[in-house]
Amino acid sequence: MPVERIEGFHSGKTDDEAEAEVKRGIVLTTLDKAVNWSRKQSMWPVTFGLACCAIEMMSAGAGDYDLSRWGMELFRASPRQADLMIVAGRVSQKMAPVLRTVYDQMPEPKWVISMGVCASAGGMFTNYAIVQGVDTIVPVDIYVPGCPPKPEMLMYGILRLHEKVRTEGTFK
Amino acid sequence: MSGSRTRPAPGGDPMSETEIRQETMVINMGPQHPSTHGVLRLLLELDGETVVTCKPIVGYLHTGIEKNTEYRTWMQGITYVTRADYLSPFFNELAYCLAVERLLGIEAPPRAQVLRVMFCEMNRIASHLVWLATSGLELGAVSVMLYGFREREQILDVFEAATGLRMNHAYIRIGGVIMDLPQESTERIGDFLDMMPGRIHDFETLLSKNPIWLERNVGVGVLPPEDALRFGVTGPTLRASGVPRDVRKDEPYGGYETYDFDVITRSAADCFARYEVRVEEMKQSLRIIGQCLERLGEPGPVMVEDPKVRWPAQLEVGPDGIGNSEAYVTHIMEESMEALIHHFKMVTEGIHVPEGETYLAVESPRGELGYYVVSDGEHRPYRVKIRDPSFVNLQAAAEMVQGGLIADTIAVIASIDPVLGGVDR
Amino acid sequence: MIAFELAGRVRATSPDVVVSRDEVTAYVQPHELLRAVATFRDDGDLSFDSLSSLTVVDWPERTPRFWVAYELYSMVRRHRLRVKVGLPAEDPRVPSITPMFPTANWHEREAWDFFGVVFDGHPDLVRILLPDDWDGFPLRKTEELGGVDTLYHGAFIPPVDRRTT
Repeated sequence: MPVERIEGFHSGKTDDEAEAEVKRGIVLTTLDKAVNWSRKQSMWPVTFGLACCAIEMMSAGAGDYDLSRWGMELFRASPRQADLMIVAGRVSQKMAPVLRTVYDQMPEPKWVISMGVCASAGGMFTNYAIVQGVDTIVPVDIYVPGCPPKPEMLMYGILRLHEKVRTEGTFK
Repeated sequence: MSGSRTRPAPGGDPMSETEIRQETMVINMGPQHPSTHGVLRLLLELDGETVVTCKPIVGYLHTGIEKNTEYRTWMQGITYVTRADYLSPFFNELAYCLAVERLLGIEAPPRAQVLRVMFCEMNRIASHLVWLATSGLELGAVSVMLYGFREREQILDVFEAATGLRMNHAYIRIGGVIMDLPQESTERIGDFLDMMPGRIHDFETLLSKNPIWLERNVGVGVLPPEDALRFGVTGPTLRASGVPRDVRKDEPYGGYETYDFDVITRSAADCFARYEVRVEEMKQSLRIIGQCLERLGEPGPVMVEDPKVRWPAQLEVGPDGIGNSEAYVTHIMEESMEALIHHFKMVTEGIHVPEGETYLAVESPRGELGYYVVSDGEHRPYRVKIRDPSFVNLQAAAEMVQGGLIADTIAVIASIDPVLGGVDR
Repeated sequence: MIAFELAGRVRATSPDVVVSRDEVTAYVQPHELLRAVATFRDDGDLSFDSLSSLTVVDWPERTPRFWVAYELYSMVRRHRLRVKVGLPAEDPRVPSITPMFPTANWHEREAWDFFGVVFDGHPDLVRILLPDDWDGFPLRKTEELGGVDTLYHGAFIPPVDRRTT
């Protein structure tokens, strides 16, 4: 690519440096886009249904809401084959170690959606049994409010996560 | 390595059969596993493919609902109990409210009772549909899953129109129900009643003679009636063992004695019998809903008049949705100091329930759902114990699984239809 | 059988019977529990052949402190009876009825888990709903509800049991 066309943007750098940077930038940003696009287009969630929200998550996967429009109908039972964990429902103290184990077993890159208010913050169950927010155990990317969230709300959360994945820089 | 597993000396006696049998393997299944029946953990001891012992381990969804209700008002308790068994929210609400009403010594108005019965029966169909969908998914019949959820959405649309929520409705309140049906609901329910028999027929054509379905269900997980009674099993699981126990008939509540319906039983006591019972029960529920619709022709109050019990509000649909009516707000804010004090007391403290205790059971989609409610005369429950049918039925799972193949474990657990939200509470 | 008839019949076995809101409650001593429940089960007129529920209520300021409530149901005669046993605050113990009603197994484990009531003779009295290494018995009235302060509109709101109003 001729260097002259972008000279103004790289004042203080030699032509060779600028050229190298431009090349790296163009090539790698495109690769980022390609990788992110492929990640976004077929996220495989691990089944982590816990309570009421799990039923709404299943509804979202069923015919009426049809998550397969975003390539997500394939709920994997094995965390080794998944890159998204939808924590659907209240996480009890007894379940917390299991949840962390499942999360650790997922290969990178991985994302977490905290579905419903119980998973996000303990919700109405401020008591001895429930973990007050799943973000105390695993890092959470998207919080979906509601008790339980409607499938549309979950889908909105998923689309926001797609947005996040699409704009992530993997190689930069 | 134990002694029995050491290799015999060359030339010595070959391993006897009993020694080989002793080489069992312990497999942990769950709490996170491919089957969709919640966070149940099974500790299975296997001899090859055969299950020797099975130990269910529960508690992975323990929510502390019983403790939480002790710190909330009687009315707020409804929002907790409705989340216990999240596939049958109306039944939890109904059992809790009936128990509190018995302590108060009041009865809901007739129209409210009809609405309660109707919503409960629709909930029963929805719950059985989820059971059918998830069981089908677990046994490889994925199309059933899609159909089951499709039909369920129709019911949830009616629920949403009437209560504002798809699940966890808190619609049934102490002394009645919160609101009457919205417009066009009866037509919608009527349409549903017209549509549903054909859809149930579709399920039967898909499954009842399907060789794979039969292979996976017939003769699997047999639970003889003596065992079922020993373990206190109730609901469709018990009726599939040939015992005609149904709380709606045996101890009628909420006006069930005035409805015409049959108690479905089967004698085969296997997974297929449980499937048949549930499908037939959906048809019976449709019958009851039909009778409810006829009775809904007469208008009437849906909440008791007693100001010490009813929620202090006059709801109406305004430009921004449902809310207190203009007239009521004017009344409490400008006209009457007593009304304002009453409103404040009712909203912050709520009702006071006389001292006492009661146990009340209803027939939920899974069996006898009992509420043991204790009051010390205050504005908060002293103790609420939920006798959840899944909790009790799951005890029998070990009995049904042992001696069968590990693949049948999935079918058996699915056929009990446990909801772990109810088991662990 | 209506409540008063049933109460009269139950009184033959255990004299302390209360009828309230059409529900019959028999109060028995812990050491008499097994004999009383066996009689209720085997008496042809009572025939309480199933146990619906079993739970504990904690009254810290009363003596005895713990009250175990057994909900018996007769499938044959379709009536109910509540049997209540009072247990002291220190070392609450009651004989297990699991040998008589196998369904009591998990109920008794739950009662142990929540309230720390010991059921003598239970085959496997371990925690059921809470983690195995849990400390304390959360449903006792003396235990806190738990939970954390919640940030709401810029202020931290304590859990419901620690609020002042």
